[in-house]
Amino acid sequence: MLRPSSWRGAMLLRSQYPEASPICGGTDLMVDINFGRARPVTLLDLTSIDGLDSWELVDDGRTVRIGAGVSFTSIIDELSGLCPGLAQAARTVGSPQIRNRGTVAGNLATASPAGDCHPVLLACRARVEVESVRGLRLIDIDDFFLGPKRSALEPDELIRAVLVPTATGPQQFAKVGPRNAMVIATASFALNLDVTGRRVGTGIGSAGPTPLRARAAEQMLQEALADRWDGSVVDQSVCHEFGDLVAEAASPIDDVRGTAGYRRHALAVLGRRCLSWALADLGGMDEETAA
Amino acid sequence: MRVNVTVNGVAHSVDHVWALESLLDFLRERVGLRGTKNACEQGECGSCSVYVDGVLVCSCLVAAVQVEGRSVVTVEGLDSGGGMHPVQQAFLDAGAVQCGFCTPGMVVAAHCLLAGNPDPDDLTVREELSGNLCRCTGYQKILDAVHLAAERTGAAP
Repeated sequence: MLRPSSWRGAMLLRSQYPEASPICGGTDLMVDINFGRARPVTLLDLTSIDGLDSWELVDDGRTVRIGAGVSFTSIIDELSGLCPGLAQAARTVGSPQIRNRGTVAGNLATASPAGDCHPVLLACRARVEVESVRGLRLIDIDDFFLGPKRSALEPDELIRAVLVPTATGPQQFAKVGPRNAMVIATASFALNLDVTGRRVGTGIGSAGPTPLRARAAEQMLQEALADRWDGSVVDQSVCHEFGDLVAEAASPIDDVRGTAGYRRHALAVLGRRCLSWALADLGGMDEETAA
Repeated sequence: MRVNVTVNGVAHSVDHVWALESLLDFLRERVGLRGTKNACEQGECGSCSVYVDGVLVCSCLVAAVQVEGRSVVTVEGLDSGGGMHPVQQAFLDAGAVQCGFCTPGMVVAAHCLLAGNPDPDDLTVREELSGNLCRCTGYQKILDAVHLAAERTGAAP
């Protein structure tokens, strides 16, 4: 059992004991241990590291730096204003008990295609701050996911924080699953309208080997919004076209949680709805036409 | 390895704890507190809900070694007077207990809910207890019990 009280100590132990499994909230790792799917020689417990469970504004207030130990509950309670999309996604994670322990960094380290935070992090162009005794690096979220449960994290590295740009416009997240709570997404989608940067960001979850961006949908919407970022009316047909482009960007498979066909259909609906809601937030549509 | 932890206000120092042992197994098998139930072992059912440093968690998803130096409260520790906590009494009186297996976790989660929100509406109760499964009651009696407990603890209007 390795239990560093400082970040420096954690990195030293990580390089000295590469066979140790890092553990924070434990909501993924303990399931694998309880079911005999994981038998790490020892655990590297990150829950006693000073300051890892706090967040701060950096970059002149344009970015929130979320420590690796910040729970989903804290994100919901404290960051729904600065990072509304991430807070929305956090609300859909598991149950109160799971949200009290689970972290965004843990979501990233597991790198499941179904991780609830991933679509939002893609849509917001987040960066992952990782560090080892060799040094610190920032990984663009677009370069982070390599395959199902595979990420760009090196064996001697630990995730120290996640850097999420603060919202400058509407953000939306939607998820489909068999019930409201305790659900691994069958499909999920996130949208970020970066009004200041005049950029559209998207993220698709549970519908490909990794979380994905819907680049053609982003491109189309950016052109449609070209001179209307002030919130004047955008045609409803744009929402339908956007949804269709989101569905096309996915590369889903049939599995226990749903068929590829269902996932594609659901993503078209989620894409359309998220855009309708976001446009309503932007003031570009009245509430009645947003469906 | 040794784990030093306070459980329900009592300091415990337990040797030979397995490195990968869950807090749930630790509480049941090493400390001898069997009120905390083991059902799914994957955080789905909430039967093993306890407090760690005042935070509601599934004890099956916490490694025992992670509670070193911390304070754990289980269903047995909700009432320090040795009697029934008002939430427990309300579960009995409302008929919210059938087979009883989910009850300890349900009681701890309800206790946590009422500590933060003394007069929750139905939707809030459903959301806050969404991590606790009951296969007997259909949940209505559990909702009734939470409202009854809220009423009795004097917080409801």
